[in-house]
Amino acid sequence: MIGGAYGIGRMAEAAMNGTSRQPTAAGDIRTTMIIAAALIEGVTLFAEVICILMALK
Amino acid sequence: MGPCARLPKRKERQKVVENAAEAANKGEQVKNMILHHITNGWDISFPSSELVSRVYLNKELWKFHLGGLEVNMSISRHVVMMMIAAGLLILLGLLARRRLALVPQGLANVLEAFVLFIRDDIAVPNMGKKTGLGFTPYLCSTFFFILACNLLGLIPYGSAATGNVSVTAGLAFMSFLAIQFAGMRKMGFFGYFKHLVPAGVPWWMAPIMIAVELMGICAKPFALCVRLFANMVAGHVVILSLIGLVFVMSIWVFPLSLAFGVFMYFLELFVGFLQAYIFTMLTAVFIGLLVAESH
Repeated sequence: MIGGAYGIGRMAEAAMNGTSRQPTAAGDIRTTMIIAAALIEGVTLFAEVICILMALK
Repeated sequence: MGPCARLPKRKERQKVVENAAEAANKGEQVKNMILHHITNGWDISFPSSELVSRVYLNKELWKFHLGGLEVNMSISRHVVMMMIAAGLLILLGLLARRRLALVPQGLANVLEAFVLFIRDDIAVPNMGKKTGLGFTPYLCSTFFFILACNLLGLIPYGSAATGNVSVTAGLAFMSFLAIQFAGMRKMGFFGYFKHLVPAGVPWWMAPIMIAVELMGICAKPFALCVRLFANMVAGHVVILSLIGLVFVMSIWVFPLSLAFGVFMYFLELFVGFLQAYIFTMLTAVFIGLLVAESH
């Protein structure tokens, strides 16, 4: 989960870098960032769900 | 240590044990409350003047055996929530029909904004013009249904149907069928299997490629299913745990719990919209990967 948070932080930094270099591509970069964030969150939440299941069993 | 010094120690120990037992009992009750709100059940509570008013659903309605496996398809709480979501969407569509004109007004305008967003930003850029227009109805259905199910989980007496792994598995299976159908229609039935091994790949790599591609085909809808399910369940569990914290610890935690709870509610509202959008968009992207026009 810490890896997931670190990864999303790195990606937000890269997104802001790209937007500052070419402001007209801000919309495309934002869309790509949201997609990548959701995919990484998927992995993180998968781990969380397994933890909850193990705790409730 | 004389007898006088031993007595307070025994009382203190007893009190500690009692406190621990009470805390464990409360923890157990909180856990049961959280499980009752998250998982599927056979009763629906609704607001009324009494303290607890429930409607008990018949769990023996549609039970049958399927070759040794006992399948129970009776109407449960999540099924009722899904029916309510579908009914709301049909109602929304019928209400919007009355104001259709060249420039739509009111409700039709809002719905048209959403549908155009799905068509112009999700379907057509990923799938090209022809397939994009063909698949837009399916993507709209998916998006609005997931959105309605997610939002029904947030209202006080509602339960999120997408918080059930079977519901999300069914939605992911539908997307899986849509992706395979799109690929097979574009490349022909056997051409689709031939495409798993692209041209120009040495013959000894073909088995590995087929295995990896098959795993990819199965893993992508599986990830869709788990992502939606985990996002919904995680949001609900956090809110319920914060409320349950008030019962397990003292009552004076409640301002903090309330503040965090309201913040988590807004976050969950946002996550509900986002997950519906992500599910729809990833379906569009996967279809687009298969239907890619050769430039």
